[in-house]
Amino acid sequence: MQALTTEQIRAVIARGKLRDNIFKAMGIFCLSLALIVIVALIADMVMKGSERFTLDFFLNFASRRATQAGILSAWVGSLLVMLVTALAAVPLGVAAGLYLEEYAKRNWLTNVIEINISNLAAVPSIVYGLLALGIFVYQFGFGQSILSAGLTLALLILPIIIVSTREAIRAIPAMIREGSMAVGATRWQTCRYHIVPYAMPGILTGVIIGLARAIGETAPIITIGALTFIAFLPPAPFMGEPAAGLFDWVFAPFTVMPIQIFNWTSRPDPAFEINAAAAGFVLMAMVLSMNAVAIWLRYKMRKNIKW
Amino acid sequence: MSANNASDLPKVSDRLAYNAMRNWKERLIEALLLGAAAVSVMTTLGIVYVLVSESIQFFSNVSIVDFLTDTQWTPLFDDAHFGIMVLISGTLVSSLVALLVAIPMGTIIAIYLSEFANAKVREIAKPILELLGGIPTIVFGYFALLVVTPILQYIFPSLPGFSLLSAGLVMGIMIVPYIASLSEDAMRAVPMSMREGAYAMGSTKLYTAIHVVVPAAVSGLAASYILAISRAVGETMILAVAAGMQPNLTWNPMEPAATITSYIVQVALGDLPHGSIGYQTIFAAGLTLLLITLIFNILGQWLRAKYRETY
Amino acid sequence: MQIHDHPQLKAEARNLNFYYGEAKALKNINMPIYDKKVTALIGPSGCGKSTYLRSFNRMHDLYPGNRYEGEIRFFPDNTNLLSPDVDPIEVRMRVGMVFQKPNPFPKSIYENVAYGLRVRGENNRRVLDDKVEQALRGAAIWDEVKDRLQDLASNLSGGQQQRLCIARALATDPELLLFDEPTSALDPIATGAIEELVHELKKRVTILIVTHNMQQAARVSDYTAYMFLGEMIEFGKTDEIFIKPQDKRTEDYITGRMG
Repeated sequence: MQALTTEQIRAVIARGKLRDNIFKAMGIFCLSLALIVIVALIADMVMKGSERFTLDFFLNFASRRATQAGILSAWVGSLLVMLVTALAAVPLGVAAGLYLEEYAKRNWLTNVIEINISNLAAVPSIVYGLLALGIFVYQFGFGQSILSAGLTLALLILPIIIVSTREAIRAIPAMIREGSMAVGATRWQTCRYHIVPYAMPGILTGVIIGLARAIGETAPIITIGALTFIAFLPPAPFMGEPAAGLFDWVFAPFTVMPIQIFNWTSRPDPAFEINAAAAGFVLMAMVLSMNAVAIWLRYKMRKNIKW
Repeated sequence: MSANNASDLPKVSDRLAYNAMRNWKERLIEALLLGAAAVSVMTTLGIVYVLVSESIQFFSNVSIVDFLTDTQWTPLFDDAHFGIMVLISGTLVSSLVALLVAIPMGTIIAIYLSEFANAKVREIAKPILELLGGIPTIVFGYFALLVVTPILQYIFPSLPGFSLLSAGLVMGIMIVPYIASLSEDAMRAVPMSMREGAYAMGSTKLYTAIHVVVPAAVSGLAASYILAISRAVGETMILAVAAGMQPNLTWNPMEPAATITSYIVQVALGDLPHGSIGYQTIFAAGLTLLLITLIFNILGQWLRAKYRETY
Repeated sequence: MQIHDHPQLKAEARNLNFYYGEAKALKNINMPIYDKKVTALIGPSGCGKSTYLRSFNRMHDLYPGNRYEGEIRFFPDNTNLLSPDVDPIEVRMRVGMVFQKPNPFPKSIYENVAYGLRVRGENNRRVLDDKVEQALRGAAIWDEVKDRLQDLASNLSGGQQQRLCIARALATDPELLLFDEPTSALDPIATGAIEELVHELKKRVTILIVTHNMQQAARVSDYTAYMFLGEMIEFGKTDEIFIKPQDKRTEDYITGRMG
C-alpha cells in the first residue's frame, strides 16, 4: 500500500465525521426520548386527573363511585408504612455500614456479608414480598399489617442505605480518625462523635433515595396481602372508644398509594382512570420531590466539604 | 472476659477498672454492629428458607416433571395443571422486548454521555435519567396500559388491550437509566491515556468509542446488562397492569400473557387460605424466578471474571 | 536560527504561545525540527516540554478551554498545523505519538498494530499482514511476538508493550514521531532497547522526544532544546548544548545545580 494521498485521507476523515454526527444525533434522540416519556407521563396524568385535584380527593376514603373516591387511607397508609420502614432501616443500615467500614476485619465473614449485600440488589422485589409473607405475616404473626409492610420495605432498601453509608464514610480522610484516636478516644467514640456526624449528609441522601424507592413499591406489599379497599384509618394512639394503645396502629390493616392506583387502573370503568391519573400524579410528586431533595443534598455536599 | 480477668486481679487503680469497663462496652457495640450487618445475610437465608420449604410442600403434591413439562397453568381450577413453562414464556418474551429497547438505548446514551457530550449536557442529562429511574413501576404500568397501548393499537389495529409488547416496551424504557448510568461509569473509568492513544492514531470519536473504550469497559457493560436482565425478569407491576394476567403459553409479544411475577400478584390479590396448594404455588413460582435471576447473575460473574480489564 | 550546515526543516514553531484556560503554558517559542533527526526536549518538571510536544499532534484539542497562538509550520507542504482550518485528525494521521506509559488497546497484538491502518480504511488482510510485520520488525519486537500475534497485548511486559506502541505508530508511516518520556515507566534494560530503537528509527522518520533524563538526551538526540517555565531557553546541536551551553540557566540544569 502506498501512503494515502491527502484527498484520500480527507475522504476517510469526512466519512468518520459523518458517522460521528449520525451517532451524536442518535444519542440526543435517545436522551430526548427519555425526556419525552417523563413529560408525556406527567402531562397525561395532569390532564386526565385534573378534575380530581380537590381537597375532597385527599380527604375521602375509597368508594365504589369514582367521583367520590379519594386517597385518604392510601396516603395515610403510605406515610405510616414509611415511618416503620425508616425506623427499621436507618439504624440497621447505618450500623451495618459502620461495621463494614470501621470494624470489619478482612475475613471470610466480611466477604460473605459484602457479596451478599451486592447480590441482594439483584433480587426481585416481589421475592421480598414472599419472604415477608412466610416470615412476618405467618411465622411472626404480624398479619397483613403496617408493621409487616414497613419491615418488608426496610429489608428491601437496606442495601441502598448500607452502600451510601459506606461511601459517605469512605470519603472521610484517615486523618480525622487518627486525630480522634490520638487523643485517646475509643473506636466507638470516634464513630459516634466524628465519623457518623461527618458522614451524615451522605447517609441522609441514601436514606431519602431508599425511601423514595420504597414509597413507590407495590409488588411486595400486594404479596403480603394488603387490602385494596380500606375505608377507615388505623387507630390513632389514645383515641377512640375504647382508647387505642400507643402502637395499635402498626398492627392495623392498611392500603398504600401504589396499591390504590393499581386498584383503580385495573377497574373496567373508565371513570376510575381519572382517579388513577390523579393518584399517580400525587405519588409521582412525592417520589420526585424526595429525589429532588436527595440530588440537592448531594450537590450541596459536593460544594461544602473541603477537607 | 477481660472484665472478669480484671476483677480477679488486685485493683491497681480505678482508672484500670474503668478501662476494663470501657473495653467491655466497646466489644458489646461491635457485636451489635455486626448483628446489624448480619441482617442482610439473614435476609438471604430467610428468602431461601421460605421459598424452599414451601416449595418442598408444593412438590410433594405436584411432580417436578409435570411442573417443568406441562403446557397448562391452571392451579386454581378443578382440573389443576402446573406447567411453569406457561409463566416462563410470558416472563421471557416480555423481558426480551424490554431488553431489545433498553440495551441499545442505554448503551447509546452511555457512549454519548461518556464520549461525546460536554459537561453541560451531562449536567442536564443525568438528573433526567435519575428522574426516569425513580418513577414508581405502578405509574409505568398505568402509562403502558392507558397511554402506550392505545398508541400501539393505532399502529397495529389487531393488538389486544393487554399485551406483552406494550408492557415490555415500557419496561425497556424503565430499565434504560440503569444501563446508561452503570455503563457510563464503566466507560468513564477507562483511563484517558487509552483514549489519547486512539486519538493520536487519527481516530474519530465514534471509532475510539467502539474500538477502544467499549472493549476496555466490556466487563462493566456486561454487569449493567445482567442487572437489566434481573430487573426485567423480576419486574411485576407493569406486567400485572398492562400484560393481562391470564396464563398463556406463547412466544408472540402481541398477545396477553401472565408472567411469574404477575401470577404471584394475582394470587395475592385473592384470598387463598394459608397452606393450600394455591398458596404454595406462588412460592414455587418465586423459587423459579429466583433461580432464573441467579443463573443470569452467575453467568454475569463468569463473564466479568473472564473479561476483567486491568489498566 | 537557520544555519547552512543544518539539514532540511521538517517543522518549525513560530511565535508559539499556549494557554490552559487563563494559564499561559508556552511563551513565544521559536524552534526548528530537522528532517530525519532526533530532537530532544529537556527541562525540569512543569517547564512545558510535554505541552509543547502535544501541540504537534493537536492533543490539546481533546480538552475544552485550551488555546494556541502562533504557528507550527510543517514541511514540505508548509501547512500550519495549528490553523483552525486544519483538521486535527488530519494532523494526527501524519504525526505519530508514543506515550509516557505504554497504552496498548484492549485488543490482540496484531489488531493493535493494524489499528491505524484500519482507521484509515484499510481492511485488506494481505496488506495488513504485511504492514503489521514490517512495523513489528521496525520496532524490534517481531521475533518476540510473531508466534502469538492473536494474544492480548496486555499480556506483554512493560518494555514489550512500549515497543508495541512504537510499532503501532510506525505502521502508518508517520512523517514525525513524538515520544513523551517513553522510558520513564520502564526498567533500564527495556530503556536501553527503546533508545537503540530510536537511534535506528531516525533513518526513516523525524523524531521529537521529551525526556527527563539528560543522559538519555545526550545518548539519542542530534539536537537538544532546553525549556524552562514555558520558555525555550536554548536550542542547538546536542554536543554543543551539553559541552558548552550558552545560557547560564541551561548550564545550571545540565550540571545538576537545579532541577
